[in-house]
Amino acid sequence: MSEILVDIKNMTFKRNERVIYDGISLSIPKGKITAIMGPSGIGKTTLLRLIGGQIKPESGQILFDGHDIPQLSRNDLYEVRKRMSMLFQSGALFTDMSVYDNIAFPIREHTELSEDIIEKMVLMKLEAVGLRGARGLRPSELSGGMARRAALARSIALDPELILYDEPFAGQDPISMGVIVRLIQDLGQALGLTSVVVSHDVPEVMSIADYIYIIAEQKIIGQGTPEEIYRQTSPLVQQFVKGESDGPVPFHFPAAPYREELIGRGSK
Amino acid sequence: MQQLQILGHTIIGQISGLGRALLMLLSALFHMPNPRKGFPLLLNQLYSVGVLSLVIILVSGLFIGMVLALQGYTILVGYGAEASLGPMVALSLLRELGPVVSALLFAGRAGSALTAEIGLMKATEQLSSLEMMAVDPLRRVVAPRFWAGFISLPLLAAIFSAVGILGAHLVGVDWLGVDSGTFWSVMQAQVSFEKDILNGIIKSVVFAFVVTWIAVYKGYACEPTSEGISRATTSTVVQSSLLVLGLDFVLTALMFAN
Amino acid sequence: MSKKIELLVGLFAAIGIAALLMLALKVADSGISGNGNTYQLYAKFDNIGGLKVRSPIKVGGVVVGRVSDISLDSEDYTPVVTLDIYAEYNNFSEATSVSILTAGLLGEQYIGLLPGFIDVSVETLKPGDFIEDTKPALILEELIGQFLFSQGSGD
Repeated sequence: MSEILVDIKNMTFKRNERVIYDGISLSIPKGKITAIMGPSGIGKTTLLRLIGGQIKPESGQILFDGHDIPQLSRNDLYEVRKRMSMLFQSGALFTDMSVYDNIAFPIREHTELSEDIIEKMVLMKLEAVGLRGARGLRPSELSGGMARRAALARSIALDPELILYDEPFAGQDPISMGVIVRLIQDLGQALGLTSVVVSHDVPEVMSIADYIYIIAEQKIIGQGTPEEIYRQTSPLVQQFVKGESDGPVPFHFPAAPYREELIGRGSK
Repeated sequence: MQQLQILGHTIIGQISGLGRALLMLLSALFHMPNPRKGFPLLLNQLYSVGVLSLVIILVSGLFIGMVLALQGYTILVGYGAEASLGPMVALSLLRELGPVVSALLFAGRAGSALTAEIGLMKATEQLSSLEMMAVDPLRRVVAPRFWAGFISLPLLAAIFSAVGILGAHLVGVDWLGVDSGTFWSVMQAQVSFEKDILNGIIKSVVFAFVVTWIAVYKGYACEPTSEGISRATTSTVVQSSLLVLGLDFVLTALMFAN
Repeated sequence: MSKKIELLVGLFAAIGIAALLMLALKVADSGISGNGNTYQLYAKFDNIGGLKVRSPIKVGGVVVGRVSDISLDSEDYTPVVTLDIYAEYNNFSEATSVSILTAGLLGEQYIGLLPGFIDVSVETLKPGDFIEDTKPALILEELIGQFLFSQGSGD
C-alpha cells in the first residue's frame, strides 16, 4: 500500500455514554479514494468530524500526516485544517452570498491574492464542476445537486490534500449522482487528491473506491478493495452489500422484547 | 432526594451554560478579525442590526414623545406648571424610556433576528463548514454581529430620545400652546449633561452588551433543529427583555439614588 | 449593493451622532459650557428653604453660576452655601447682597444676587470670601402663619 495520509489508531468515541466507536483503527492512503460504508446512524459523519478535529475522541490517535489531531492546539489545528476540506451533506453554502462569492470565500480568507487572480481561480473551479454559468445565482436558487457541486467547487478552492465527502450521493437523482461520481473520480485523479467518501450507496461507492471500510456496531466489520468486499463471506458484510433488511445488523433499535413490553403495560 | 438531584443538575447546567457564554464572549471580543477583512463584515452587520432598526425606533420614539407630552400636559396644567413639560419629557426619555424602550425594541427586532440567523447557520452546517475551512466562526460570524449591536444600540437610544423630544415639542408647543422658548430653556436648566444624558448613554451601552450577548449566544448554542431555533429565538427576546428591565432598576438605583 | 450599505450605515451613524449632539447642546445646555472656570464664594443664611445643590444663581435673571455645596457651619450651626460663580463674572463688590428666591409660587428655589455699587472705597469680592448681606428663604408656612396671626390680632 502507498503512503498513509490519515491514520486512525485504536480510537474510541462515546456520545453521552453511548459508544459510537470502540477501538477502531483504519488508515487512508494518499492519493486514493477510500470509502467508509455502513448503515445509517452508526456515526459515519462523526468519523469525518473526528478527522476534522471538530470533536475529540475518548481515547486513541487520529494522525493526519503525522499530526495527532486531538492533541493539537487551536492554532495548529486551524493550520492543519487549511490542508483538508469537507463537503457537507447539505452543501452548507453561505446563503448570504452568491455562488461566486461562496467559492471565492476561502481564497479571500486565507490568501492576499488580488481580485483578478481570485476571479481566475474561482472560474476554474466552477468550470471543473460545470457551474460557470451559475456564478451569479444565490444558493437558494440552486437545485440540490447543483448546490452540492457548488459546495464541491468551494471545497477544492484552495487545492486541499484531503477532501472528506459526507454522503455525497444521498438524495440525488440518478443523473446528478452520476455527475458527482464522475467529479469525485476526476478531481481525485487530476489534482492527486486524497478522498474519503462516507456513504451507504453501495453501487456508486463500489464503482469509484480504491479501498473500502465497512463499519457497523462500533467496529470495522470488513475492509478491502471492492472485489474483495464482494467476495467476503462475513454475513454482516453480505447483508450490507446486498441490502437485506434484517440479518446480523438488526432492523430494530435495541429495546426490551416486544411481548414483555406489551404484557408489562397491560398488567398495570 | 430526586428533587435535590434535579435541582443540582439544573444549577450545574445553568452555570456551565453561563461559563460557555462567557468563553464565547471573550473569544469573540479578543479575536477581532483583522481590520481589512473585518470592517466590511462590521459594516454589513451595522446595516442589518442598526439601519434596519432605525424605522421602528424613529416611529416609536416619535409616538412615545407625543404621548408623554399629551399626558404630562394634562397633569401639569392642573398645577399651572406646564412650563415644566420640557424637562419632564426630556428627563423621562433620557433617563428611562430612551435606553429601556429602545433596548426592548432592539431585542425584538435585531436580537431575535441575530439568534435565528446564527441558529440557522448552525443548523445548515454553515458554522461547521467555516470551522473546516479553518475560519473561526466566532471571529467571522459572532464578533462582527456582537460589535455591531454594541455600537448600534446606544446610537439608536440617542435617536429615540431626540425624536421623542421633538415629538413632545410638536404636541406641547405646536398643538397645546406651550411657549417654545419656555419649553427649551426650562429643559436646558433642568437637564444636566453628566447626570442625565451620560447616564442614559451608559445605560444603553450596558443594555446593548446584554442584549447582543444573549442573542448571539442563544443562536450559537441552540439546538440545530427548527424547534431548537424557535425556542432559542423566543428565549432571546424573553431573557433579554427581563434582564434589561432588571438591570435598569439596578443601574437607576446606582446612578440616581443619592 | 455594498455602496448602498456603506451609504446607509454612514447615514445611520450621522443621524445617531446628530441626535447625541442635539441632546448635548440643545436639551442639556449648561452641562459642558457651565463646567468652565468658576470661583467660589460663600454665604451664610438663617434658612435655605428648599435650595438644592445645582440650583442656579442669577443676577437679574441671568444665570451666573450654580450652588455647588450646602453644609452647616461647624460652630454656630447656620447653613453655609457654596456658590460656584463663572469666572467671567469676577467683579462683584463687597456690597453685593444675596437672597434665596422662588420661581413662581411653587417653583424651584434659586439664589438671586443683587450687585452692590462699585466705588473706590468698596473692594470687590475675591474667591473664598463670604457675602455678608444675606436674606433667608421665604418659608410659605411661616408666611401663612404670620398672616393668620396678624389677622387674628387685628380683630
